[in-house]
Amino acid sequence: MQRDRLRSWRLGDRVGLGLCWALGALFCAIAAAIVIYMLVEGLRYLRPALLVTHPTGGYGEAHSGGFLDPLLGTFLVAALAMVVALPVGIAVAVWLSEFGRPAGLARATESTIEMIAGAPSIVLALFGTIIFQSGALGLFSRTAHGVVFGRSFFAAGAMLSLVAIPLVVANTREGLQLIPAHVREASYAVGKTKAATIRRILLPAARPQMATGAILGIGRVIGDTAIIVILLGATLTFNGAGGLSGLSTLRGTGSTLTSYIYTNSPAGEGNQPGKAYAAAFVLLLMVLVLNASVDLVARRGRKHRWN
Amino acid sequence: MAPRWTDARTGRLLGALVCAVLLTTASMLLFVLVQGWPSFAHNGLHWFGSGGSVDVQIRNIFLSGETGTHPVYTFHAWPLVWSTILITGGAVVISLVISLFVSAFIVEFAPEPIRAVLRPVIRLLAAVPSVIYGLIGVLVVVPFIGNHLISQSARASKAGIISLSGYSLLAAAVILTVMISPLMVAVFSDGMRTVPSGWVEGSLGLGVNRWRTFWKIVVRTARPAIVAGTVLAAARAIGEAVMLAMVSGSVGFSPNPGDGWLFFVEPSRPLAPTIIKNSEELSSPPMHATLFAIASVLLLSSALFSLVGWAAKQPMKKYGVRA
Repeated sequence: MQRDRLRSWRLGDRVGLGLCWALGALFCAIAAAIVIYMLVEGLRYLRPALLVTHPTGGYGEAHSGGFLDPLLGTFLVAALAMVVALPVGIAVAVWLSEFGRPAGLARATESTIEMIAGAPSIVLALFGTIIFQSGALGLFSRTAHGVVFGRSFFAAGAMLSLVAIPLVVANTREGLQLIPAHVREASYAVGKTKAATIRRILLPAARPQMATGAILGIGRVIGDTAIIVILLGATLTFNGAGGLSGLSTLRGTGSTLTSYIYTNSPAGEGNQPGKAYAAAFVLLLMVLVLNASVDLVARRGRKHRWN
Repeated sequence: MAPRWTDARTGRLLGALVCAVLLTTASMLLFVLVQGWPSFAHNGLHWFGSGGSVDVQIRNIFLSGETGTHPVYTFHAWPLVWSTILITGGAVVISLVISLFVSAFIVEFAPEPIRAVLRPVIRLLAAVPSVIYGLIGVLVVVPFIGNHLISQSARASKAGIISLSGYSLLAAAVILTVMISPLMVAVFSDGMRTVPSGWVEGSLGLGVNRWRTFWKIVVRTARPAIVAGTVLAAARAIGEAVMLAMVSGSVGFSPNPGDGWLFFVEPSRPLAPTIIKNSEELSSPPMHATLFAIASVLLLSSALFSLVGWAAKQPMKKYGVRA
């Protein structure tokens, strides 16, 4: 039926349809090419030893160590950013969906969140340097002779949380809006307050979407480079800033996989493409896993139906 | 038992948090503008104009701050602005066309199994970190352009003016297109999917074929989503720093359309990569002001794009589109 219908189309329409197929195939081809190319190059250069050795500043691929510190830095930065972004994002989403008065404030919030989502991360990074170089926030980064350096895991994590917040807000809000009004009314009818309804009924029901938002947020955070280069210092290894051992790392500078790739690409100072490929492969694997888990969460969330 | 979390108190607490987020954003806008002001005040509208070599100007600005003599602010950013316009504009226009066709394919014409493949593919392309795109660009696309698309004679014709090595407008625009079109496809196809099916069936029932119906009914109805997606993608594109720093060539040269075909393979450097390339020099006060001036131009234009996109999406809410 499709066939003979097609034959009646004008030539231009048929060419257009062909273009649709071609461009769809092109997208698949590009995605496949990126994944396969990174897989081949990554497996060529990736040695298990790279994952557990510290990087060193040597010439040549054989002398520059692995990328243990950037790998740990990636996890650290993602954790720090999400510690801020999750509560704030969920709170904003709950306010928008359940309170939302006055309406003017709600509209301002919506557009502000949209603006944060569109704000270039390089601008967020520069903004971070002003905040964290101020004397009052000196405790969050290395300080010497009254000069606050303003580069630390704290600074990078705080600014990266701004990158993740819009995703958390949008997804949580969507989850809350999927819950029909009669569920809320039933909860009020048995005497629960609005606050209790939110905490006991709405938030648990919106958990799949919250998880989706969090995962997408993590994906965006570990993929960001500009904030890391400017606010984390992109040093080779962790440079603690004195004080308590755990806190010292967080107050110090470091790097993540993205800044490691940037430094080791031909555009950076390191210029060791082999290392860059290996690190990029690991990063791409993380992104693929996060992507797959979004699917998994969404599938599990879909089972829930309100009838 | 008096509840600790009364509704009024919860509302006020969450409201206060929301206000804090608003204040942070507002202060970001304010701080960036204030820090960049000396550069604007000194150059006036010539900031956006051309004149002199922008790379020399940047070096003088930096050195004047380091040596502690009279600070120099003279900065004519036209080559950077021009490069930003060319790369971002080129990528947005190409992606707009591609994304329209691809979302048409996903929403209407693709058989179910292909649709099931295409959707995760789009999401994957949107999730790949920009530094990986940059790495592929600098190690695959740039050498390809340098070795195969630029002839020896072309290179000789530009000798002494600019070196054509493959770092180019073309490489930057192509990779940026791959980066932003998944974003567009996502917003477009969300919008197209919410067009009431009765309208489509009405058109089909009148004997209009599926292709015509799609473009005349679905695409026109989803126009707000198309505007929103385009503008949001433009906001993302204009702020892209790392990938462009890797493939655009990083010289303050303004590509000349008069060079014919060579125009596309000329290197340049947009605004955002300029910040990242010079971020080590923030300690020099005039440099600080200059970089923040660049940042405020980026922030204002991306904020403008975001707000336009947000406003354009409002009519679609009627049909229950999220995004």
